[in-house]
Amino acid sequence: MSISREDIEKVAVLARIKVDDEQVSALEKDLGNILDLVDQLGAADTDSVAPMAHPLDAVQRLRADEVTETDQRAGFQAIAPATEKGLYLVPKVIE
Amino acid sequence: MHNKSVAELSRELESGKISSVELTQQFLDRLKQEDGKYNSFITVCEDQALADAKAADDMRAAGRATPWTGVPFAHKDIFCTNGTRTTCGSKMLENFVPPYDATVAEKFKAAGAVCLGKTNMDEFAMGSSNESSHFGAVTNPWGLSSGQKRVPGGSSGGSAAAVAARLVPAATGTDTGGSIRQPAALCGISGLKPTYGRVSRYGMIAFASSLDQGGTMARTAEDNALMLNVMAGFDPRDSTSIDREVPDYTATLDQSLKGMKIGLPREYFSDQLSPAMAEQVRNAISEYEKQGAIVQEVSLPNAKLAIAAYYVIAPAEASANLSRFDGVRYGYRCEDPKDLMDMYTRTRAEGFGNEVKRRILVGTYALSHGYYDAYYLQAQKVRRLIQQDFINAFKDVDVLMSPVTPSPAFAQGEKTTDPVAMYLEDVFTIAINLAGLPAMSVPAGFVDGLPVGLQIIGDHFSEARLLNAAHQFQQATDWHLREPK
Repeated sequence: MSISREDIEKVAVLARIKVDDEQVSALEKDLGNILDLVDQLGAADTDSVAPMAHPLDAVQRLRADEVTETDQRAGFQAIAPATEKGLYLVPKVIE
Repeated sequence: MHNKSVAELSRELESGKISSVELTQQFLDRLKQEDGKYNSFITVCEDQALADAKAADDMRAAGRATPWTGVPFAHKDIFCTNGTRTTCGSKMLENFVPPYDATVAEKFKAAGAVCLGKTNMDEFAMGSSNESSHFGAVTNPWGLSSGQKRVPGGSSGGSAAAVAARLVPAATGTDTGGSIRQPAALCGISGLKPTYGRVSRYGMIAFASSLDQGGTMARTAEDNALMLNVMAGFDPRDSTSIDREVPDYTATLDQSLKGMKIGLPREYFSDQLSPAMAEQVRNAISEYEKQGAIVQEVSLPNAKLAIAAYYVIAPAEASANLSRFDGVRYGYRCEDPKDLMDMYTRTRAEGFGNEVKRRILVGTYALSHGYYDAYYLQAQKVRRLIQQDFINAFKDVDVLMSPVTPSPAFAQGEKTTDPVAMYLEDVFTIAINLAGLPAMSVPAGFVDGLPVGLQIIGDHFSEARLLNAAHQFQQATDWHLREPK
C-alpha cells in the first residue's frame, strides 16, 4: 500500500524528526516499498490466534518497593548537553 | 599468537609461557597495524587494556584465574562500558561515555578478560551490511585480495570482521533479526544467538526489546561455549531475563551425535537459495549423517511471513525505544535550538542516519491511530503462528539445519539504495528471533572463495546441544580454521 506525503509529514511530527520536501519524496518511495512488504500479513488467518508479546510468554516481575539505587546525579549530568545547578537545561517552554 | 583460539591462549597464559601484558601488547600492535584495511573498530582502548592486562596477571599470580583471565577480546559498541565511549554506531552517541557497565561488560571484567576496544556496527544495530555506521563501512577480510570490497554483514559486522582478520580471538555481538549469525556466516566465523532472556540486556543499547539478544562470536564452537559461560545468567536488572540454571557449556561439547535427529525446513531450501550455496549446506549436513545423525524434512509453513512480521514489530519497538534520544539528558543536541520542538526535531534529524529514521517512521506509522490493529496486532498474532511451527517441528527433531544467508558476502554499495533488498538478506534468520529460539552459524564451506554458513537452530535453552553439534562438526572439518588471504 502506498503512503501519502501528508501521512509522512504527520508521522514525522509524531516521531519528532524534521524532514524537508526532498526527504519526503524519498521516504514516499522507501516507506511505500516497506509497507508493500509488510502488507502480506493481512493474508494470514489469525482469527483465533492470541497476539504474542514475549517469546516465552513471561510477565513482568515485581520486586519489593525498597530504595536500591544510590544517588548518581552528578555522574549522569556530567554527560548531559546542558545543565545548571543540578537541573537539565532546555529551550524556554513558557514565555 | 593471533591465530590461537581463546582456549589455546588461556592455556598459554596458564602455563606461564606468556603474560597477559605481553599478549595484549601483541594484539594491540597487530590491531593498529591491520585495521586500516577493515575499519572494524570504532574505539581502541590501549591504556585501559594494558592496565586490565596487568591486573589480570596479578589476578593469576594470586591464584584467582578463570579461563578468561588475561585473554584479549572486544565488545560490540552497543554494550555500555563505564568510562569508555559507547556510540552504537551513531552520531547521536558519538561522544557518549556511559557512567555504568552493561551486565555483559561487568561479567567479562569480573572474569579478568581484557577488552581491546569497541567494534563497528550498523547504526543502532539496524542493518545487514555494516554500511549504516556513522563511523564508516566495515570491509570483509574475505575477497579483499580479488580487489573487491565486500560487506562483512551486519549489524555485528565489526565484531565478525575483527575475529575473521585475527585482530581478536572473540567478540561480543547482538542479534535482533540475524545480526550475529549473518555476519558470522559472511566472515567465516562461528556465532551464537542464545535463547531470548538467556543473556542480560542491561546496558545493551535497545533496538527492539522483545527480539534483542546478546551473544557470542569467535572462530571455534568451543570459544563460543567459553564466552557463553561468562555471559549467560539471570539478571534482576533486566526485566525479561530468565531465571534458569546455567550449565557449563564446555562440558557437553564432546558428546557423540549418534542418533541426533536433524530437521531440514523445506521452506529454507527454496528458490531464494542459489544451487552453489545449497550444495555447500547439503555437504555439511552429510557430515552430520556420517557422524550418525538422522535427517528428515520438516515444514515451517508460516516462515514466509517472518520478514513482514519483523518489519512491523522491530520498527514499532525501535520507535518507542529511540524516543529517549531527545537532546536533553545525554547524546547529541543540535546547535542553537529556537524552541523545544525545534530542538527535538532537529536533534533527531541531524543525529540519526537514514536507515534509523526510516525505521522510526515505519514504527510510528504502524503504532498510530487507525493502523495499530492492522499492523502491530496482526504482526504479533503472526509471530505466534511462526513460533508454533517451530514448536511443532521440535516434537519430531532435536535441531533444525539450514543456510544462514541466501548468498555469500555481497559488494559494498550493492544494496544500500534498496532497503527492502537489504531486509531480504535476513530471510533465513529472522523467524528464529520472533520465536525467541537459540541458533548458531557455523563455517561450512566456500562459494567463489567466500565463506558459507550453516545455521543450527534449537529449541528454547538448547544452547549446549547447538554448541555440541557445532563442535563435533569442527572436529571433522577445518572450514572454521581457514584464514582470509
